[in-house]
Order: sequence, then structure tokens, then C-alpha cells
Amino acid sequence: MELLFASGIGTLVAAGVYLLLRARTFPVVLGLALLSYAVNFFIFAMGRLRTGLAPIVRDGVHEYPDPIPQALVLTAIVIGFAMTAFVLILALRANFDLGNDHVDGRVPEGDA
Amino acid sequence: MNHLIALPIILPAFAGVAILLGARANLRLARTLSLGASVGLVLVAVRLLMHVTDGTVEAYALGNWVAPYGIVIVLDGLSGFMVLMTAIVGLGSQLYAVAGCDARGANYHAMFQFQMMGLCGAFLTGDVFNLFVFFEVLLIASYGLLLHGGGRNRVRAGVHYVVFNLVGSALFLIGVGTIYGVAGTLNMADLAVKVAQVAPADATLLQSGALILLVVFAIKAAALPLGFWLPRTYGSATAPVAALFAIMTKVGVYAIIRVYTLIFGQGGGPVADLAQPWLLPVGLATLVVATVGAVAGRRLRGLAAYLVIASVGTMLTAVGLGTAESLGAALYYMAHSTFVLAALFLVIDLITRQRGQTGDRLKRAAPVSQSALLGTLFLVAGVAVTGLPPLSGFIGKVLVLSSTLEAPEATLVFALVLAGGLFSLIAMSRAGSMIFWNVTDEKPVAVQHSAARLAGVGFLLGVAVAMAVFAGPIVEFTQRVGASLVHPDVYIDAVLSDPPPAVVAEPHGAGQP
Repeated sequence: MELLFASGIGTLVAAGVYLLLRARTFPVVLGLALLSYAVNFFIFAMGRLRTGLAPIVRDGVHEYPDPIPQALVLTAIVIGFAMTAFVLILALRANFDLGNDHVDGRVPEGDA
Repeated sequence: MNHLIALPIILPAFAGVAILLGARANLRLARTLSLGASVGLVLVAVRLLMHVTDGTVEAYALGNWVAPYGIVIVLDGLSGFMVLMTAIVGLGSQLYAVAGCDARGANYHAMFQFQMMGLCGAFLTGDVFNLFVFFEVLLIASYGLLLHGGGRNRVRAGVHYVVFNLVGSALFLIGVGTIYGVAGTLNMADLAVKVAQVAPADATLLQSGALILLVVFAIKAAALPLGFWLPRTYGSATAPVAALFAIMTKVGVYAIIRVYTLIFGQGGGPVADLAQPWLLPVGLATLVVATVGAVAGRRLRGLAAYLVIASVGTMLTAVGLGTAESLGAALYYMAHSTFVLAALFLVIDLITRQRGQTGDRLKRAAPVSQSALLGTLFLVAGVAVTGLPPLSGFIGKVLVLSSTLEAPEATLVFALVLAGGLFSLIAMSRAGSMIFWNVTDEKPVAVQHSAARLAGVGFLLGVAVAMAVFAGPIVEFTQRVGASLVHPDVYIDAVLSDPPPAVVAEPHGAGQP
């Protein structure tokens, strides 16, 4: 499970970074989204990957999953969601105002 | 007293919501509320700072959850000082904004208050993850403020700024996650205890987490390889927003000081003094590059933006030395540079408004109509920012330099800081003589500045002058804070031995994994 999880995060980060470096706003937004998914999984894994544990405190049970990373992930998801919405609107605005979707606001020569 | 600690976060939050709900269409009411909240914040901050001048550290457990389990906000000398700085810059910027800049777009005042909330929260929080949350609060407000007024330049700068900071946030979470994975806590005081006991096998992982955080804070502080977003961002923001942003880089510097003295400081066991080897060279390199940028500037705002980066370089150099004296010097210099650079952005806007089409470009143009007044303001700001006597910049640089005397790098620091000062002096003199003396015979643009505009500038410059006049007690205070940063035991004890909540729940056996 660890290998699958870790390589999943790695793949997401790789794809995210690739898209971020595309220098067009829409791929950049997608890249940011993939990156934030990877980060969320990463935080989640920091509570250790274990299955079949009791989620709620009960008598006679001594093994619980760590609740804190779950709370952290929830916060990170909410914030990431808001930021993605904002950056999408900003990207649209930039596209309308500047007439292209390059992150620098102008398309470099030879890159039509 | 205790509940007052939360007020710098609560007051702007409520003011922001009140403005959003009650004063969206009524600019006068929004201005009154916002200005009232800003004045209130200054008063609260002064009261809080008076409480900690004797070295008291007070922790406030939100919802009465005891320290390592719940979230605390902590008031100590450093956070009190930073909150007061924020409040003063906020008030100065707000005084300027109500003179007209706030009418160019919707919801200026609400975003402004949320920005203040994020700033105060970031300075007060005692929890690394909460630091992330407040970073996001202040960032999303700053995205809105940066775009205030609209226009192609702002949108173009905004895309860079937002994307860059979102990548920074992702890195922040990776760093925080790594640290949590190793240490099992995110409370700063608890971390300070736990990292010293970490197993040698985990030390490398903890180090990488800590250094990823350093990269994030360097992005916020605009330290060298990560600071190139700043000139265009600050150069295109509305003047009061740029003035407020003068404190944004200081959030990064504050976070570096807090995390790398408290958690990864001298008592950090296998991860002790993690950042210091990086900070000094990075600080000096930042200073050099920023000074070159300032001299090469073709616009006044770009010049001022590079001076912001130069001030960050000076501060990081002092922080990198890591002694009590140098940290104290860095704090004094931080306050000075924040006030003076904020004032400089406002003065530049005053000048720009009287130059018509030429704007802030450094070329021959018609004279400004109030040249005596604006020239004096520019001179005062210029003398302070370049570090000439008798103003606060001189005192700040003397403190920074005298704290390096014992260090082996003293020669290098002296040479670069003094050369940086000389070249920023050249840049400012060149800009000043170009604007005020190298003028055509055309009639000046007839714009008279209102008293409200001048009040904001006067307030910030007045504070900077007061920092020079009352340098004695202020330096004494910052030195004491510097000493407490090097020995953070008082902070750790205050947070971890907080009185337990009145009602203690029945323990449920071994709940901790």
C-alpha cells in the first residue's frame, strides 16, 4: 500500500509541476489543482497508513488512527478549493483583459 | 487581560464582516467603520505591547483547549511588536486610502480588514498549521487588494503573484506534513521540545521539512532567488495597498525568526541552528541584487520595490548572525524599514499624481506643482530609507553593523551593507534630482493634494522620526526581545504550562495513537 500511495503522490506532483511550467493559464490552474491533491494525500499519509482501526474512542480499544492529519487535510482542501476558484476567475479575467492566456500576459515570439 | 490577546484578530474580522454586510453600498459608512477599526487596532496593540515590555509571555488557549492539543495564540515581545507595527502601517495606509483611492473598486475596506486579520493572526499564532491558515487569509485578501482598481498591469502582475504564492502554499503544506510526520505535533512550543528528542534516524527527514519551510518563508520575504515576483507586484498595486504590502515581506522574515529561533534554534538537538548557515549569504546576496535593481530602476515605484527587497536583505543578514544583539537590531531595522518604505510608496504616489502622463517614469517632465512640500517629504523618506543620519535608518544600520563586530564575517557584512547604503543613496538622489530639478518649462499639472492624503504620509513619516527620537527605549526593548528569542524557555513554559481548563473531561484510556 505504501508503494502505491507514494508513487501515486509522485505521479501527481510530476504531472502538476509539468503543467505548471506550461506557461499558459489553464494548464497552470490544472497543475496547481493536481499539486494540491498530491499535497493533501501527503498530509494524510503523515498520520501513517493503517486500515481497520476504530475511528471513535471505545472501551477496550487501544489503537486509533491519528485524527489530526484528517483535520489538516480538511482545512487544506477547503482553502485549496477557494484558491482554485479564485485563480480560475483571475485567469479568465487575464484572458479577457490581455487578449491571450499566457502567464506573462503576452505571447513570446516564436511561440504562437 | 487574557481575552485581549485575541482582539487583534477578532476586531478586524468583525469590522470586515460588518463592512461586507452593512456598508457595501455606502462608502462613507465603510470608511468610518474601517478607519475606526484601524484606530482601535492601534490602541489594542499599544495596550498589548505595554503588557509584554517586561518580558511576559502569555498564551491564550482558544476554546480553552490546553496547549499541545488545542490551538493557542501567544503574545510575547516579538509578536506584540509585530502587531503594533502592522496596526501603525495599517492606519497610515488607511488614512491615505480614504482620501479617494478606495473608491476605484468594490469592497476595498472589507478586504483591507481581512488582510489586517491575517497579518495579526500570523504574528500571534503559536501553531505552525495555524500559521499556514493565517498566511492564506492574508494572501487571499492581498490578491483582492492587489487587483483593486483593475487594469491590465495589475491583472498581469496578479497572475504571477497568485500562482507563485499558491505553489508556495503547497510547499508549506509539504513542509508542515513532514514535520508533523516526524514530531507528531504542530504546536511551536511543543515542537521546540519534541525536535530536540527526535531519533537520529528521523533527523534528516525533519531537517528537510524544516528547510522546505525556509524556502516558503523566503518566498514570502522575497529573499534572493525567490524574490523576483515583488517589484512588478508592488509596482502595480494602488499606493495605499503597496504601502500596506511593505509589511508583507516582514511576515516572511518574522516567520523565519520565529521558527528558526524557537523550534530549530540553539536548543534543537539534531536540528539545531538549521537556517543560520543559509540566511547570512542569502541576505547579503539579496541586498546586492536589490541594490543593483534600485540603481537600474527606470520608474520610481520599481525603485521603491527594490528598496523593499534590499531591506529584507539587511534584515536576513542580521537574523543569520543569530545573536541576541543582531536579532534585536533586525527587529528595530524591520520596524524602521516598514514605516519608511510604506511612507515612500505614498510619497511616490503624491508625486506621480502631479506629473500627469509621465507618471512615475524617471525622465525629464513638467515640474510638480507642490514641489517644496513633496520635495521635503521625498527628502525625509530618502534620508531615512538610505540610512543617513539623523533618522531611524542610520540607527538601524549602526545596530546591525555593531552586532556583527564579533562575527568572523564582519568585513564582508560591513562592506556590503555600507556599499548597499551608498548605492541606494545614489539611486534616490538620481531619482529626486530628476523629478524636482530636471524639469521642462511647461506648466505643472494643477492637482492640489488634500489634507487627508498628506495625513497618511505625515503619520508614517512621523512614526519613523519618532523611532529615531525615542531610539533609546525602543532599542532597549528590541534587544530584550532578541535575548528572549535566543533563549526561548520562557515562551515554551508559558505555552505548555498554561492553566488547565476549568472542566476536565473524564480521561478515556489511551486515546493517543
